Amino acid sequence: MSVDAVTVRRIAHLARIAVAEDEIDHLQGELNAMLAFVAQLEEVNVAGVEPMTSVTPMAMKKRHDVVTAGGIADDIVRNAPATDDHFFLVPKVVE
Amino acid sequence: MSELTSLTLADARDGLRQKDFSAVELADAHLLAMEKARALNAYVLETPERALAMAKAADARIALGKAGPLEGIPLAVKDLFCTEAVRTTACSHILDNFVPTYDSTVTSQLWRDGAVLLGKTNNDEFAMGSSNETSYFGPVTSPWRRKGANTRLTPGGSSGGSAAAVAAHLCLGATGTDTGGSIRQPAAFTGTVGIKPTYGRVSRWGIVAFASSLDQAGPFTRTVRDAAILLRSMAGHDDKDTTCADLPVPDYEAAVGRSVKGLRIGVPKEYRLDGMPAEIEKIWEQGRAWLKAAGAELVEVSLPHTKYALPAYYIVAPAEASSNLARYDGVRYGLRETGSDIREMYEKTRAAGFGAEVRRRIMIGTYVLSAGYYDAYYLRAQKVRTLIKRDFEQVFDAGVHAILTPATPSAAFGLGEKGGADPVEMYLNDIFTVTVNMAGLPGIAVPAGLDGQGLPLGLQLIGRPFDEETLFATAEVIEQSAGRFTPKPWW
Repeated sequence: MSVDAVTVRRIAHLARIAVAEDEIDHLQGELNAMLAFVAQLEEVNVAGVEPMTSVTPMAMKKRHDVVTAGGIADDIVRNAPATDDHFFLVPKVVE
Repeated sequence: MSELTSLTLADARDGLRQKDFSAVELADAHLLAMEKARALNAYVLETPERALAMAKAADARIALGKAGPLEGIPLAVKDLFCTEAVRTTACSHILDNFVPTYDSTVTSQLWRDGAVLLGKTNNDEFAMGSSNETSYFGPVTSPWRRKGANTRLTPGGSSGGSAAAVAAHLCLGATGTDTGGSIRQPAAFTGTVGIKPTYGRVSRWGIVAFASSLDQAGPFTRTVRDAAILLRSMAGHDDKDTTCADLPVPDYEAAVGRSVKGLRIGVPKEYRLDGMPAEIEKIWEQGRAWLKAAGAELVEVSLPHTKYALPAYYIVAPAEASSNLARYDGVRYGLRETGSDIREMYEKTRAAGFGAEVRRRIMIGTYVLSAGYYDAYYLRAQKVRTLIKRDFEQVFDAGVHAILTPATPSAAFGLGEKGGADPVEMYLNDIFTVTVNMAGLPGIAVPAGLDGQGLPLGLQLIGRPFDEETLFATAEVIEQSAGRFTPKPWW
């Protein structure tokens, strides 16, 4: 499988990365090089094989549903580019 | 290199306790060495004031007889670990002013045990690379040079700064992270020891995430014993990471020097590649001979799905990265570009903040997870991963205690030499290390010799899950047989 220019633009949009028109060609080539490399996996017989979902077998840890941290709103917004009071500011979302 | 910077971590620990020198003197010696070695670009942030304050506190605890296991030991920390009130960037423009309000679990354990922070080390952006060349702060130059040449070489990647800092005696040990080989490959390129522990051995909490099912932190040091000491402080259960194993941490140092007599060491035939340099084959053969002489039994084993590990990795890792890196949106932290609406703000921020390799991996990850392609790529890769893991399980079930392989398919290469035209050329560096991440196993790289050009070559030992002790015992035999390798200072 390989990607065309339309697909490259669609992926960039899905990934929320702005891509200039003059970058498309180059990106398309690089993505297709990676896809050609991973195409070897098609040779592997995976019939009846379970996909890996847990790297080391372990029981899922559970904990009581209680607050373990909090009261640190100043810390939470400390690195934000734009805030007001304890809110993150973003460009207008709703008209 | 002064006398104090030439000590091993173990010797420095013992010297501090015997009050042969102070933690402040030890920190000072390293800060001076760092200043003189800025041309290597190993550190992206030096923290001299913090280092001296921590060293002073360590001296006070030593005087009171309350020294921790790493009391007064000056360390470097890869810039992927969050450090409270100390800038942490993952060497990405998108995080270049990020100052965490907390420490990662690993670093908090190092400070708990008395260690001293010298600074943050350079790495490939978000740990995506094998040569440290994708860092927003520029590449690290290896302290090693080819005989009679001054070509700038890579220390490897992604933990290139940590490896270079340890090799050049700019710290006594350093932390790294390894997703596909990012500790073991730079360790091999710089003549240092690096271990990627079993997945779940070390908490990932507070480490900038790349691929969560593959990432694992570990130490870089100049000796096997030092790696054992440092791993003991880094490892252990953490409630904040649900994948972190609830198992006691052994005294790894006690395993160093343990006999390997009677151990069965597997030699996988699939790691013998066409076109592999003769020197790599030679060092591998030498490693087998050393272990045999120490009483181990060498057996040929087969890991038939080895060749599929790297392609499967280049689906799984970018897929997880595309999901993890979705958090960099210009809203909560990091860089923000202005846009006329929120979508344009996201797209411009991420285009400006991520470098080319990171953008490429996010895009391929987005593609393999997108509707209609998920089964063909991602699901298939996860099935192949099951097969890779099964290969190892079958070998271990047959009585093999550890597996010996080369660490890398070549010695260090020059900056700018690889991956310019085809990204896959760079990815092939991880061909011997990536299988270990895919199977969640522990792997250690240990220096084994120098090639004809005077550059270090490393061997890798792969262990059973949570059996890092056998790796330390076996790696020690290689270190004792091969000796240690130090670059001649030119910087």
